[in-house]
Amino acid sequence: MSAVIENHHDDHDHGPAKGITRWLYTTNHKDIGTLYLWFSFAMFLIGGAMAMIIRAELFQPGMQIVEPEFYNQMITLHGLIMIFGGVMPAFVGLANWLVPMMIGAPDMALPRMNNLSFWILPFAFFILLSSLFMEGGAPNFGWTFYAPLSTTYAPPSVTFFIFSVHIMGASSIMGAINVVVTIMNMRAPGVTLMKMPLFVWSWLITAYLLIAVMPVLAGAVTMMLMDIHFGTSFFNAAGGGDPVLFQHIFWFFGHPEVYIMILPAFGIVSHIIETFSRKQLFGYSSMVWAMLSIAILSFVVWAHHMFTVGLPLAAEIFFMWATMLIAVPTGVKVFNWVATMFRGSLTFETPMLFAVAFVVLFTIGGLSGLMLAIVPADFQYHDTYFVVAHFHYVLVPGAIFSIMAAVYYWIPKWSGNMYDERLGKLHFWLSFIGVNVTFFPQHFIGLAGMPRRYPDYALIFADWNMVSSIGAFLFGFSQLLFLFIVIKTVMGGKKATDQVWEGAKGLEWTVASPAPYHTFSTPPKVD
Amino acid sequence: MKKEAKKTLIKLVVAVPLMFAFGFALVPLYDVFCEVTGINGKVFQSEYSEELVTDDGRTIAIQFISTNNENMPWTFKPSEQVMKIETGKYHGATFYVKNTTDKKMTAQAVPSVAPSNAAAHLKKLECFCFEQQELMPGEEALLPVKLLVSNELPSNIKNIILSYTIFDITDYDDEVLAHNQMAME
Repeated sequence: MSAVIENHHDDHDHGPAKGITRWLYTTNHKDIGTLYLWFSFAMFLIGGAMAMIIRAELFQPGMQIVEPEFYNQMITLHGLIMIFGGVMPAFVGLANWLVPMMIGAPDMALPRMNNLSFWILPFAFFILLSSLFMEGGAPNFGWTFYAPLSTTYAPPSVTFFIFSVHIMGASSIMGAINVVVTIMNMRAPGVTLMKMPLFVWSWLITAYLLIAVMPVLAGAVTMMLMDIHFGTSFFNAAGGGDPVLFQHIFWFFGHPEVYIMILPAFGIVSHIIETFSRKQLFGYSSMVWAMLSIAILSFVVWAHHMFTVGLPLAAEIFFMWATMLIAVPTGVKVFNWVATMFRGSLTFETPMLFAVAFVVLFTIGGLSGLMLAIVPADFQYHDTYFVVAHFHYVLVPGAIFSIMAAVYYWIPKWSGNMYDERLGKLHFWLSFIGVNVTFFPQHFIGLAGMPRRYPDYALIFADWNMVSSIGAFLFGFSQLLFLFIVIKTVMGGKKATDQVWEGAKGLEWTVASPAPYHTFSTPPKVD
Repeated sequence: MKKEAKKTLIKLVVAVPLMFAFGFALVPLYDVFCEVTGINGKVFQSEYSEELVTDDGRTIAIQFISTNNENMPWTFKPSEQVMKIETGKYHGATFYVKNTTDKKMTAQAVPSVAPSNAAAHLKKLECFCFEQQELMPGEEALLPVKLLVSNELPSNIKNIILSYTIFDITDYDDEVLAHNQMAME
């Protein structure tokens, strides 16, 4: 009885609820951020296990471990899980934790929708993964699910796949709406748009991209559903449809999606490099404008994914130049990071190591992207391992390194404890070596002509494939060390100060470590 | 919630179904774009036109290609593989089909033109691809095409390929076929 009264009494300053209901019913942005981050870690390990199966099969030429049908399911699920389950929820989790604290808001604008947008995600991935145990197996048509492979020739589980994509889309859209409403309306007085931290800017732009293209993806899978079950012919040539139409609609979503997975990384890396260089960022407004131009250009380059479908010459030339144009704002960002480090008092703690590796390796991925943008060259590279090397360079040491950097950078604020610097550095070097040993040789075998998405290959590709697989095992198993480091930090360790890092600037470093359950209930003063 | 926040929220919530609809709008937009620019090799039925007929045409080669889609068992081939034709004149050609199975079947041919910028100058008065073919077991037929290549065909094009892929649509139900037929016309 007295407990009830006490609870009531504490109504205005309560901590988290106890037990499982804390997590089920929570509307607290920090709790939801934590849920998103742990969920994405789980998906990262599941998608990673699939990558291990793929690399184990490709360790030697010939069929060794799995059936070709199962291999196809692995490459499909690996792609879908890493994109929609790994990278995107991790960024949403970071946005939940950081955006309100960075702009001096007490919480996200729509806390109950926040809870919903997280809790439908586990169901989406449960449905997707359960298709592995269905008759005919899981989706096997590649993460790009081109029609008619995903319609006429798809396994029966494709309907579950469509449903799970719908749920993932709904979750992303709700998350994005929440971010926009929060940023546009809940900034503390004095935090003007051009004073917002770059991570907030990067997420504002990302959220607009999500709202624009996730519904188009929902439309594409709905058309597939109608073709499969309701006898329409959107993508069926016999009924007057066109399979190339599918690719246009898919990549209209797919290309902005690429930037959805990298813009928040740009924001994170800008913060980390600024902190560990102990300098002002070289050019704040040019960074903002660069992100905006990348986002706008991302809508007019989609056909560079389909140069070989028989586009007219004028279209090939247009999409080639538009794609190359993106290198300009991206170059602005890279030079900005380098100029920020120039003559800074640099130290290389784990987050900085990941951030610097991001700059170098993401640039390598960007340059191979420029090679792919050249139409005649793309006719040679299309659907080879060169493409696989390219997009893994921008996504693994790009997006995923930035997420790891963010975790090391902000975990002292989240948990109140410093991570083990020695283990963190070990994790970085294992990952850095692993990722390069895995993906750099794929450039070579791709240029030599090895096609992607096959479980077997010609003997001439054997050596580099073995090297690539060894790198993949090294990278994959190093991530268990990351899991260990995160758990160790959450459990205890050296107490973190409020500012945590000597050069750290921004509102999130003004609150206590660990960040109290409620922060900025009264808006901070910012000038 | 603050009033401005509600406004932002409403705008964004409205944007979502609009973008969903835009995804579907891409389907007709894509067709319109193909029709206007003549890319993608799509050719639609056109009326007889006196204006297109000229005497100062040039000779080009038109090549016919026939393909059977996946399990389509019919024999399907052009009567002549290559024809020399004059631009600005109507010409006829035929394709031979035979239902080689022992059951009644329905087929639909889907055309494509290469190079794609020739498609806008190819006018079809009549084509078997505008309707379905129904053949009894063992029945054979000659399917007609009547076409004109306009004199405005870019002068660097000396060779046009007209390709047809034939699909087995026996198992499609009538309602769907009627709908698709409408969509094609």
